[in-house]
Amino acid sequence: MDIFKIALKRSPWVYHVGASGCNNCDIEILDCLTPRYDVERFGIKLVGSPRHADVLLVSGPVAFHCKERLEQIYKEVPKPCLVACIGVCACSMGVFKDAYSMGGPPDKVIRAIDPEAIIIYIPGCPPRPEAIIIGIVKALNSLNGEKL
Amino acid sequence: MDNVGFYIIEFLFFPGILFTAVVGLVFQWVDRKVSARLQWRTGPPFFQPFYDVIKLLGKELVVPRISKQTGFLLAPVIGFVGVTLVSVILWLTNLDPTKSFVGDLIVVFYLLLLPSLAIIWGGTSSGNPFSAIGASREMKLVLGYELPFIIAVLVVAFKLHTLSLGNIILIQQEEGLVIANISVILAFLIALVCSQAKLGLPPFDMAEADTELMEGVVLEYSGVALGFIKLTQAMSFFVLTVFLAMVFLGGLPLNGLHLLWSLLKVLALAVVFILIKNTNPRLRIDTAMKFFWGPLTLLAAFAMVLAYLGY
Repeated sequence: MDIFKIALKRSPWVYHVGASGCNNCDIEILDCLTPRYDVERFGIKLVGSPRHADVLLVSGPVAFHCKERLEQIYKEVPKPCLVACIGVCACSMGVFKDAYSMGGPPDKVIRAIDPEAIIIYIPGCPPRPEAIIIGIVKALNSLNGEKL
Repeated sequence: MDNVGFYIIEFLFFPGILFTAVVGLVFQWVDRKVSARLQWRTGPPFFQPFYDVIKLLGKELVVPRISKQTGFLLAPVIGFVGVTLVSVILWLTNLDPTKSFVGDLIVVFYLLLLPSLAIIWGGTSSGNPFSAIGASREMKLVLGYELPFIIAVLVVAFKLHTLSLGNIILIQQEEGLVIANISVILAFLIALVCSQAKLGLPPFDMAEADTELMEGVVLEYSGVALGFIKLTQAMSFFVLTVFLAMVFLGGLPLNGLHLLWSLLKVLALAVVFILIKNTNPRLRIDTAMKFFWGPLTLLAAFAMVLAYLGY
């Protein structure tokens, strides 16, 4: 096993991309950082710059205005990196499915520029903090070839 | 010149890169753990800082197209070398105080400045506006804290009539700690506050300011370069506590029971830094400048006058 991948598993730094969500998932993401859930136990840290990130947390159905930004942010992140779609809107558009102002779910936007991207889905409206944590941990385990 | 191989081993292993990096990362764990306990959290596991740095070494290094490549890539290395050199000088003096050379205190002053200068260079050459703002703040901060810091350390040098670190330790071991004087207590407090700014910890973290500038000067760094910067920050924390312990608290002897006492000195200093960091909000850059050039410099001058009068 690759020592860098073991280290990556132990210290995923997350960057939060708010792609026109309703703020509900964003608040649940912030809940993970509170003393009750304390994600620093697993080495997860919220960073302010996509250059430092290992995991992109995308929340919301990507509106047309956000599409370009999401693509740009994905290109800025140093690889290897993961994309986590938080909430039902980011997973499958939810109630915004055929809405006129939406640029498609984030996974489609990212697959269009990088077909090899590792994307995980954490459904829920909003997902519980436990669900977010276990989703990211499982996805990082899959980097080593373990089954989800 | 037959000692060159020996010097290289000293630089690479014992007081140099390997030793300082490992102990610096352990200190960073202490920092994060104590901060977490203060906020009623559990905190990271012991090897967390090591995982962070190893992970960063394995990531892709992105160099922005609009950056000046040379400065962008060279700056982290220069800061790293600077802090390693300080560590080597301090530990060799500490292990054998008779061996130090004349005026090594001044060399240490200059080398301690190198990480800040490197980070300013890197920040300005990265081509990001947030980094530029961070670098300009760091520059002002350097101008602010450097004067009171130097005056505070010179109070000790004046008190003991020497500019060599080895003599400072030897005289303190023979005649008792220099901190028994009022002027030196004052100087010690000033040096503590200035070190807080030197390390970029709150309340003087306006150059990194992760909530407004997204880590400012290091924003554009990724991969290996970011790993070096994080390592440099961890090492500076350790090296600066050692420097303060050597100048004000009479060195860190490592034989027998003295080892425990030395460990206590360094850890107590580190915990003081962490407590200040966790209980103070960030200052604005102008308030920080006013604070350093106004009250703090005056206080340092006052300490110098007290030392001159013999207190």
